[in-house]
Amino acid sequence: MANFFSDNKDLQFHLGHPLMRKIVELKERGFSEKDLYDYAPQDFEDAMDSYRRVLEIAGEVCGEVIAPNAEGVDHEGPRVVNDHVEYASGTVVNMKAVVDAGLSGMTLPRKYDGLNFPLICFVMANEMVARADASFENIWGLQDCAETLNEFASEEIKQKYLPWVSAGATCAMDLTEPDAGSDLGAVMLKATWSEEKQTWLLNGVKRFITNGDGEVSLVLARTEEGTTDARGLSMLVYDKRDGGVKVRRIENKLGIKGSPTCELVFTNAPAQLVGDRKMGLIKYVMSLMNAARLGIGAQSVGTCEAAYREALKYAHERAQFGKPIIRFAAVSEMLSNMKAKVQGVRALLYETARFVEVYKQYGHIAQERSLEGEERQEMKFYNRLADGFTPLVKLFSSEYANQLAYDAIQIHGGSGFMKDYPCERLYRDARIMNIYEGTSQLQVVAAINAVTKGTFLEQIERYAAESYSEAMCPVVTKLKELTVKFSEMQARVEAGDKEVCGFKDFHARRLVETAGHIIITYLLARQAGQVEDYAASARIFCKLAESKIAEAYTYVMNSTTEDVALFKAVEQEN
Amino acid sequence: MAKQVPDTRNVGKDAMTPEGTVNRAALPAIFNPEDLNALEAALRLKDRVEGSTVHILTMGPQRAADIIRDAMFRGADGGYLLSGREFAGSDTLATSYALSCALKKIAPDVIFAGRQAIDGDTAQVGPQVAEKLGLPQVTYAEEIVEVKEKSLVIKRRLEHGTEVVECPIPAVVTVNASAAECRPRNAKRVMKYKFALAGSEIAAAPESPAAQRAAAKEYLQIVEWAAADVNPDPEQLGLTGSPTKVKKIENVVFAAKEAKKFTAADEDINSLMVELIASHTLG
Repeated sequence: MANFFSDNKDLQFHLGHPLMRKIVELKERGFSEKDLYDYAPQDFEDAMDSYRRVLEIAGEVCGEVIAPNAEGVDHEGPRVVNDHVEYASGTVVNMKAVVDAGLSGMTLPRKYDGLNFPLICFVMANEMVARADASFENIWGLQDCAETLNEFASEEIKQKYLPWVSAGATCAMDLTEPDAGSDLGAVMLKATWSEEKQTWLLNGVKRFITNGDGEVSLVLARTEEGTTDARGLSMLVYDKRDGGVKVRRIENKLGIKGSPTCELVFTNAPAQLVGDRKMGLIKYVMSLMNAARLGIGAQSVGTCEAAYREALKYAHERAQFGKPIIRFAAVSEMLSNMKAKVQGVRALLYETARFVEVYKQYGHIAQERSLEGEERQEMKFYNRLADGFTPLVKLFSSEYANQLAYDAIQIHGGSGFMKDYPCERLYRDARIMNIYEGTSQLQVVAAINAVTKGTFLEQIERYAAESYSEAMCPVVTKLKELTVKFSEMQARVEAGDKEVCGFKDFHARRLVETAGHIIITYLLARQAGQVEDYAASARIFCKLAESKIAEAYTYVMNSTTEDVALFKAVEQEN
Repeated sequence: MAKQVPDTRNVGKDAMTPEGTVNRAALPAIFNPEDLNALEAALRLKDRVEGSTVHILTMGPQRAADIIRDAMFRGADGGYLLSGREFAGSDTLATSYALSCALKKIAPDVIFAGRQAIDGDTAQVGPQVAEKLGLPQVTYAEEIVEVKEKSLVIKRRLEHGTEVVECPIPAVVTVNASAAECRPRNAKRVMKYKFALAGSEIAAAPESPAAQRAAAKEYLQIVEWAAADVNPDPEQLGLTGSPTKVKKIENVVFAAKEAKKFTAADEDINSLMVELIASHTLG
């Protein structure tokens, strides 16, 4: 029996983090629901036992149902029938399995029939689903849209939609339009209030909408007539049963072919306003996007895991020159780097998820009662970290998913180029991950603040102040040297930016990646103190970090402000 | 009816003891696979018939309560564990007798069981229970096609196709591996029923929080019956009631035979067909 949770010690390790005690305490509000619901935990141990058991169920569904269906889903794909989406037959089977297993509404409160699980557990399930089939992760993982409703919508809307999501209704977030991709402020889909029908009516076109025909859609629309920027946009929720939205077509994509990417036509589609008018993009989409970015982080880490496992398996099986190819240094080096990257980026993913979790929970508690001074400070502290780490994890994980899928094919040699092995699907699926929910370039824009405002450096210093095992001393010494380089680079870039505007933007990616390399190595070094198995990955990742940072350091320190103009010259080309 | 069996599907070299019996310590105890198909058939019937319930009956040691809990995680409402020294050493005859005694007490409308268990592979217990209870039986069932007031229409999987039969209820239905796979464990049900305990499990440590929790809530109690609870004829139980005696056990080692090569030429294919028909592999 294939089980994607039981077979993954690294994943299990992250569930055991010390901060879980605080997270469970916050999530369960001191176990106040233990007598109200027959499935609510009695105490911390009970809660953790339930998380483990449910993740084992998720792992089994992933290993036994979703993964075996992945190839069929990739070949068959969804279709449009009578203006609506029909999933591939394997996707239908997958959907039934996850709903039967009760893996919907994982993080929603029990009063909306949710499991009230911490975000960490949802991210873990997400990762496993993606390892089984990245395209299905898109459909199933969109249940986190319900979290945005839970955070901002009225009680009436929550009562209507959240139990439905817990029962397995799928979601979509309808943001992108033909002329509004990365620049969502340009969204034109119109929402007008109908006095007669006492509802908002939506008219217009959305494009590239993942699972666009889902039962519950969050729609970014222009409620303020005559406006053209972000301040005229609001968030609305649309119920598929009300009708008014047609799927015009499904995109024919390079990868994640099982996930229907829809072009939608709204014709007087009724919808309800979520939260306040004009806050659509500024507040709600930002929250939605942060959750979605963590979701893509999980999808990417799952893809990394799948790629590493496929490569490792093949390297053992394939013999050339009389021995398995894993015994050639060139192959074992690739595999070692792959392993270090999977473990490193997973460490970053769950560190981020914990930060997000704590601050989100304080947010929910703040709706119930006012926070104590200390709590408010803690919320602010974790919020800052979450804002910096979320784009960082999206950036690193999605780039690694691509690198590992590339390496997996390389290890398969010519066979990997054929359709006979899963690695070619992983390669195609990974390609979107560093594009959607904000390209890598945009993640850098989102993360650079955490460099300039010192969030990353402060956190790095906190890591440096922790105690490490003796075996990790050389790694930590190296990290301290690298941190000095990071500070030098930052100083150099900030000085340059004062001279010529744009110098910081020019080097932003190098700075963000340098911080990321240091942070990931610290996380692995910390884990090596708890479980010795991580020592190898920590040392290997440290070498990788050192060489990457050396490259970035050379580039930045040798760069002059003239470079800004040098690289802008291409604008004049036709 | 379901059985907890040693997982014989992934047998290693220590699967048998030197005495020739199954080495239960080396093999994990699992829910007999075809009994899971039977459970799914029962749960689907429950989905169709409002107000109906599904209960698991198993005979075995205390740890067999695990498969009752597992069934509850998947949708069963509760279960009965038939356990005690009197039942030890039962062959299929004694097993079906013990089960039929319990079933007389439970009196269900439909009794589902897997076709056979992967340890004994006899496929006898289901039919024997039907005979002992004087109930009609449908074997090799694959799907309940229709549910009527007093009968079920059932599709059976046979060697060369399928057959649809109608059977009055109460009845015994044994379910084939080709039937629908069992639904997964459900998250909320796992969290709710993970504390369910059989009577002897509660009695083993009555002061423990787990036992007290189970004792306080009826839905967390798995009914456990000893022999005396089902009014049997003691002569027909356990070893005394089991005429089957194992005379000898042989270790059969399959040796790979010489391989034959055929080309795609017509005469080669022809001779292969002739050979396969002659050996009754085909036709």
